[in-house]
Amino acid sequence: MADKARLPLAPFLVPCVVLAVVFAAALGEVLGYSFRTFIPGSLDVGGFTLENFARIGKPIYARVLRDTFWLSFLTALFTLLLSYPVAFAIVRARRPWLRGLLIVLAITPMFTGEIVRTYSWMLVLGTNGFVNALLGGLGLIAAPIQFMYRSIGVVIALVQFSMPVMIVILATALTHIDVDYEKAAANLGAPPSRVFLAVTLPLSVPGIVSGFIVIFAWTMSAFSTPQLIGGGKVLMISNMVYLQGLSSFNFPFAAVLSLVALVAALGTLSLAAPLTKAIERRAALH
Amino acid sequence: MPPRIAAGLRRGSFWSAVSLILVFMTLPAVVVFVTSLSASPILRFPPQSLSLRWYEQALTYRDFREAFANGLIITAFASTIALVVGTAFAYLIERYRFPGKGLIELVLSSPLIVPHFTTGFGFLLLGARLGLARSFVVVVAAHVTLVLPFVARSVYVSLRNLDPNLERSAANLGAPPVQVLLKVTLPLLAPGMIGGWLVAGVLSFTEFTASLYVTAFRTQNLPVAMYAYIRENTDPTIAAISALLILGTTGLMLLANWLVGLERMLNIGDHR
Repeated sequence: MADKARLPLAPFLVPCVVLAVVFAAALGEVLGYSFRTFIPGSLDVGGFTLENFARIGKPIYARVLRDTFWLSFLTALFTLLLSYPVAFAIVRARRPWLRGLLIVLAITPMFTGEIVRTYSWMLVLGTNGFVNALLGGLGLIAAPIQFMYRSIGVVIALVQFSMPVMIVILATALTHIDVDYEKAAANLGAPPSRVFLAVTLPLSVPGIVSGFIVIFAWTMSAFSTPQLIGGGKVLMISNMVYLQGLSSFNFPFAAVLSLVALVAALGTLSLAAPLTKAIERRAALH
Repeated sequence: MPPRIAAGLRRGSFWSAVSLILVFMTLPAVVVFVTSLSASPILRFPPQSLSLRWYEQALTYRDFREAFANGLIITAFASTIALVVGTAFAYLIERYRFPGKGLIELVLSSPLIVPHFTTGFGFLLLGARLGLARSFVVVVAAHVTLVLPFVARSVYVSLRNLDPNLERSAANLGAPPVQVLLKVTLPLLAPGMIGGWLVAGVLSFTEFTASLYVTAFRTQNLPVAMYAYIRENTDPTIAAISALLILGTTGLMLLANWLVGLERMLNIGDHR
């Protein structure tokens, strides 16, 4: 409002500051604990130490970190490949009812909660689950395929989890592409596949990059899927935090691991803006 | 090949691919529904005979009933507090400039980026320091933090789409700022606020990872109780309760869609 008569700032500011301080204090506690000495068998912690940070260099934790990155990468990649056609369909659907239906089908899985979704995938992928019953019934497999307690099962579930978010990001990017560019290319005689590859796809690269990075960062924080479908055989950093924090009560080391996860997520996301900008600049030069 | 047939084939294969992908996305929910109707306690697909016994078990199991009630209390407080703070936050960001604005924006939006287990662990430690370990206060505070960005975003979008002339004319007619806010701005923001409140409610009610850290048996919500059950049992009780949750959340999302329009809230579509 450009008016001189304005409401005072305080009633809006105070609740926000209070909440921000509470959240910052919670994260501050994690930071504080990461520098304290673990006393086995006690919830109290000892004095200052840097040892907790040194411990993440051990092969077992380094491996968990590497696995976390690799599973997140695979998830982001397959999520992208499966989400693009759906996002494209949503943006280009001409009939409003069709677009509404596509949006509801694509977005609703986002809101059912991770426990419900993870459990659903256990039913689909289990030894006596849907996929094995179907393939076995068709006579395509002699023995059940093992999806549970393996990376493949974890990634399949994580991909379905991540698709709603990816679809929203891609659809937003595709919405902002001017259809006139595509029409111009088509009028100049480009076949539809070439219009897509030479016009639509390059123009949607910023959406692709930000979608990939968001899902990558998001998957690094996934917990219930590796916990239940991985069943202790597939360990991501979240499962390590849980083991150290709520099973061994080693709060200081759990604090270090959750800080590592936080830094990894922040670091990945901070790549998004400059990367997108660099790509847009290169595209503009062409 | 004649171009019309080629175009038809292309369109046909595109839409088949899209349909297959959507089947992949909805398959788990369908399998949950079918499993929940199985009569056998052994998870096996497809069920040999049908019954509603797991629904009865899910609805009468004491841990689930208590966790459901806990979840309602947590969600009611968390989403309502988030609605008040989130509306103030959106208004603040849209209408004011002041030193430290960027910092507050950063801290209050960061729960979207910070892993939920880090947030949950932080609130667990903070609660212990304040002598409130695993009480409802800590659970609600953690949930408010987690759902706030969603409410704020919904209200912010409504605020951006608001016609400033409406507020201006009210002010020109002599309405004091408080009255403009209460009689013009807030009523116009109501759909965005209600939509954000519903989304916040659904997210809080289904929040698992952070809740696992901040709740105790006495304060656990439904997802935490379900997790405990899955670890101990393999019967389809969880399938029944999942089916009910899927129906409930889908209904609420349709309501939010009708109130605000998911397309508008998500900022997609309608570019022509």
